[in-house]
Amino acid sequence: MIETKNLKFRYDEEKLGLVLDDINLTIKDGEFVAVLGHNGSGKSTFAKQLNAVLMPLGGSVCIDGIYTSDEKNLWDIRSKVGMVFQNPDNQIIASVVEEDVAFGPENLGIAPDEIRKRVDFALKAVDMEKHRGAAPHNLSGGQKQRISIAGIIAMMPKYIVLDEPTAMLDPKGRKEVMETIKFLNREHKITVILITHYMEEAAKADRVVVMEKGKVIVDDTPEMAFANVALLKDVGLDVPQVTDLMYRLRGSGINVHHNLLDEKACADEIVRALEEK
Amino acid sequence: MHIKVENLVYKYMPGTPFEHIAVDDVSFEIKKGEFVGLIGHTGSGKSTLIQHLNGLIKPWSGKIFVDGVDISDKEVKLHELRFKVGIVFQYPEYQLFEETVKKDIMFGPKNMGLSDEEAEERAREAMNLVGLDHSLAEKSPFELSGGQKRRVAIAGVLAMQPEVLILDEPAAGLDPHGRNEILSRIEYMHKEKNMSIVLVSHSMEDIARMAKRVIVMKEGKIAAEGSVHDIFKKGESLKEINLDVPQIKRLTDELRRRGYDLPDDIYTVERAHEEILKLFEMEHHKV
Repeated sequence: MIETKNLKFRYDEEKLGLVLDDINLTIKDGEFVAVLGHNGSGKSTFAKQLNAVLMPLGGSVCIDGIYTSDEKNLWDIRSKVGMVFQNPDNQIIASVVEEDVAFGPENLGIAPDEIRKRVDFALKAVDMEKHRGAAPHNLSGGQKQRISIAGIIAMMPKYIVLDEPTAMLDPKGRKEVMETIKFLNREHKITVILITHYMEEAAKADRVVVMEKGKVIVDDTPEMAFANVALLKDVGLDVPQVTDLMYRLRGSGINVHHNLLDEKACADEIVRALEEK
Repeated sequence: MHIKVENLVYKYMPGTPFEHIAVDDVSFEIKKGEFVGLIGHTGSGKSTLIQHLNGLIKPWSGKIFVDGVDISDKEVKLHELRFKVGIVFQYPEYQLFEETVKKDIMFGPKNMGLSDEEAEERAREAMNLVGLDHSLAEKSPFELSGGQKRRVAIAGVLAMQPEVLILDEPAAGLDPHGRNEILSRIEYMHKEKNMSIVLVSHSMEDIARMAKRVIVMKEGKIAAEGSVHDIFKKGESLKEINLDVPQIKRLTDELRRRGYDLPDDIYTVERAHEEILKLFEMEHHKV
């Protein structure tokens, strides 16, 4: 379990004010939580608090009962919480895929045959076994990002924090990475914290946390969180086109639900309203 | 300024076992004042292609004509061409390096041989164009937010007053607010300054809204070319090459499939709203 209590943080410059302002969140084992917010809302800063890249200025972050603020816990924290960043090119270091995936466990001092097993397992989990011998620079963006994720999986973390992992990918790469994340959560019971500003991605989570100016302003199921389109637009979030459309139709006096995110559901809802008329 | 590309081929590492054809016999034109969207899956050759347009890389074979002049001609001064064809690369903020925002934007104009005063004037104009407040001029670019940095980098290219502006994913990684700001500035430069624009993007929504003509690349070749409508009406063939149509188009297509009378060229939420309201006003909405 991850627990933050009255978590406060600001960067050196006093004038910028608090980047994290009194965050209280509990993330249970096995959950898939999406953290939504625009640039500067504090979501990436929050992510970095979870594996002690940054330490709280006030309050606490506690991973399975261990506090991130105590330096001697660093090793434990980082082996429990793995992080994946935006740009896959900055996260891949070896010239062969499987060597890259092995880098993390090697650093943990794990025995060679165990590393072999873990690399095989991790590549399978992200569906990249076929490319084990490939050179990472020959892979697509989505494939490279899946290799980054495999590198984290091979360290067998309990929690994975992904900070906008799809921002640099094309639509297909984005889909591949999201499917991988969902699979890891469902099949391997890895707790996932996904930082994103795409509502479509957040919709795949069990729970959506919306951050604005360093505070949590929404913490709910995706359906409930997205019902308030006006609020989400106000805080500068990307609302899917179809959700925006349903919201506008409702504004024009058409009786449709507007917390729908995919086009099939919206089509059903519009058809229902037309038939009812 | 008119750009014409003829049978362009570019190979990475030719003659080695790693030889890879990145651009494969590509021909197209960009007319003066056009707004062209360039789409294609990752690795389809878009970025390699655009680097040819101001001579950053040389074709393996084929020709590029700018206003009728072959740019591989020894007489052509490539650095002058680069002032006219400005390229904003992906994540251009990584290229910021000067101490202040103003100095960074002045770097291009000064390389063109302009005086300090002229370069400063250019920097001021460019800051206006991208909507950067002048109070930021003396700040370090590294103190700014992501969206602001991006605008400083774009201003650095605009300060050279290019006639053609090529942008490779200018909105990637920005939040909706930052994205709208950048995109509306690009539209402004196109409409008010009559700049030709080539926009490379993975966002089908942005391309459908902004571009007049679309070029689709697949594995180094041009897979399709035409108006926004020509391209997006073939939704299925786009899917085959890892692309898609705007989400709103998928919704209106679904309604059309179920027999509702909607036009087949709806790409924006505004238009969909308008057209669907019409269905609600009609007595018989099925075809």
